[in-house]
Amino acid sequence: MGKINPNLSLEFRGPVVIAALTDEKILDEDQLQGLEGSFLPLIEQTPQIQLIIDFSNVKFLTSSVLGLLIRISKRVSEADGTLRLCSIGPKILDVFRITRLDKIFEIMSDVDDAMVGLKK
Amino acid sequence: MTETQHILHKSWQLKSAEREVKKVSAEVLKTLEDHDFGEDMVFAVHLSLEEAFVNAIKHGNHGDPRKKILVECLITPEKIDISITDEGFGFDPHGVPDPRCNGNLYKSCGRGVLLIQSYMDVVEYNGRGNCVHMVKYRNGEKIPTPEKKCS
Repeated sequence: MGKINPNLSLEFRGPVVIAALTDEKILDEDQLQGLEGSFLPLIEQTPQIQLIIDFSNVKFLTSSVLGLLIRISKRVSEADGTLRLCSIGPKILDVFRITRLDKIFEIMSDVDDAMVGLKK
Repeated sequence: MTETQHILHKSWQLKSAEREVKKVSAEVLKTLEDHDFGEDMVFAVHLSLEEAFVNAIKHGNHGDPRKKILVECLITPEKIDISITDEGFGFDPHGVPDPRCNGNLYKSCGRGVLLIQSYMDVVEYNGRGNCVHMVKYRNGEKIPTPEKKCS
């Protein structure tokens, strides 16, 4: 498990990258820029990336984070990769449901569930 | 006639910078927690406050650091009442595209107004459209998500 910025913790399980968001609250512009600055090079440097973003620690986020996830999703798609989100708590899941983003993201219950069907 | 009990009645004049909203949210959210308004209500108010403040900076004041944002808050035992006013020309809230429709789903912005409408019990704008007034009741039933409007 390694950290590439203070807001993100990375684990590599074979070719699968598990990126755990470490902050309880994600709302600052600095946090968002830090995350974007970590995710985008990671996607560019990993051909056909299989990326799981783990929300276990996240208790609060704003719509700016949803925007970041859309941008990440586009980059992953352009790179012929796979993106899954997991371990999203009920309050945050409500935000995805209200905005209908639960229809465009693959949202799994936990990391093990998110690993199912990925190339190992 | 009984006088309404004010738990918090305060206003803040803030700079057009995202970090400024912390001055409000720290005090408002702690007051709600201290008076047992519950986790769901604290979450709803926090999200709506952040979204409305960011809208005031970006779409109201267009990031102009010379322009201010006025936040007024009243908390009583029954409800929280927040108004956020920017110095912009205002906008038509009915003209905001529904972020749940077709191509809008894949846009990276435009979800703040929908979230505020979903989490607060009352959301209204002044005639000019530069002031949003939001109310959340302690025992208010969560309103259903606004009906999707796709053209």
